[in-house]
Amino acid sequence: MARDATPAAISRAYRKLAKRHHPDLNPGNAEAESRFKVIAAANQLLSDPEKRTRFDNGEIDAEGQERARPPPYRDYAAGEPGRRYGRAAPQAEGWSADEFGDIFGTMFRGDRRPSGPQRGADQHYTLVADFLDAVNGATRRLTLPDGRTLDVKIPVGTSEGHILRLRGQGGGGAQGGSHGDALIEIHVTAHRFYQRDGSDIRLVLPVSLPEAALGGLVEVPTPGGPVRMRIPAGSDSGTELRLRGRGVPAHGGKAPGDLYATLRVTLGKPDPGLMEFLRHWKPEHPADPRQAMETDVIEAGA
Amino acid sequence: MIGIELLTAEIPGLRLPDLERWIGNDWVRPGHDGNAYVFVEVDVARIRLIQELRDELQIDEDALPVVLMLLDQLYDLRRRMRELGTAIERTVPDEIRQALARDLAKSGSG
Repeated sequence: MARDATPAAISRAYRKLAKRHHPDLNPGNAEAESRFKVIAAANQLLSDPEKRTRFDNGEIDAEGQERARPPPYRDYAAGEPGRRYGRAAPQAEGWSADEFGDIFGTMFRGDRRPSGPQRGADQHYTLVADFLDAVNGATRRLTLPDGRTLDVKIPVGTSEGHILRLRGQGGGGAQGGSHGDALIEIHVTAHRFYQRDGSDIRLVLPVSLPEAALGGLVEVPTPGGPVRMRIPAGSDSGTELRLRGRGVPAHGGKAPGDLYATLRVTLGKPDPGLMEFLRHWKPEHPADPRQAMETDVIEAGA
Repeated sequence: MIGIELLTAEIPGLRLPDLERWIGNDWVRPGHDGNAYVFVEVDVARIRLIQELRDELQIDEDALPVVLMLLDQLYDLRRRMRELGTAIERTVPDEIRQALARDLAKSGSG
């Protein structure tokens, strides 16, 4: 500051310095506090024409005029008393895991480890499995997005949505951590004629009129290969027959399931001989198959 | 804990209408004793700070809330950091504290 500085210039200079060094604007900076004391003292000194003259004449020193400053705000603000001016409500509350997550990341969240080896991430894939592969089990090769191939063993009796975990086939770990797992969700395609029902399998089995009426042995396709099944004479359409143990093979401690065949009588192309026979056929016990459905019928066209 | 008379005696140049306005603005949050305000040390220091910011640093009252809000956040953070430090001191074994200190020294210089 020049010896001939005007009072206005002095106060401008003071404000500029004070804004930078005010201790309450610089918490934790001890130097700011001592600098500010010097600045404040100098301002007081230089703002008083008489003292300024004496200082300029070397009669008093700069520190001599410092009046005892009361404790600055920062002495309280960062401590317990400052809570009442904190962001949140004045009452004391503890830390929550979410708090300061933007600064400390996840280190206070749950049981995550703050440091050390970190296991790689699990990676999720889907694999579409053929119906029979899911029933009987199979090994299928899966090509991963990064070019790796995985031989995935589809276990016997895999059901839709099942997730296979291949240990150590996921993302790489950090700082010596182990690989994550590959999690493979299996989607099972529908079959032309089989339907899964837990361990059982159902199908609709078309039979001819003579097979249904006279009974006999017919060949039924099962997931384990064709099996001969006896159809009782006089089996109606809709009759359900069971082939024990011909469903999903035994797996994971579960007994093998059954195969349920629902008969559907098919007439096929019109047969002149059969039609001729039926025209002259007098049933021994005439019956109305719709008897159970009978209500007050309004004759159509009447 | 002091009442308003002692407060005005302790802070030279404090005008009551100013103080009332600051309380109304929620910049100062004194306690109450019946109908009377009571001030603790942190309130006194804060009033002094507001006065200095306004009169000496010439931050006008339109800009003051911004400064106070930032200061409150700053001190909030410092209080939290202190709590964190205390918690670390209380719970974290020595060797991990040293490793932490080394790591922080590294990230400070790099």
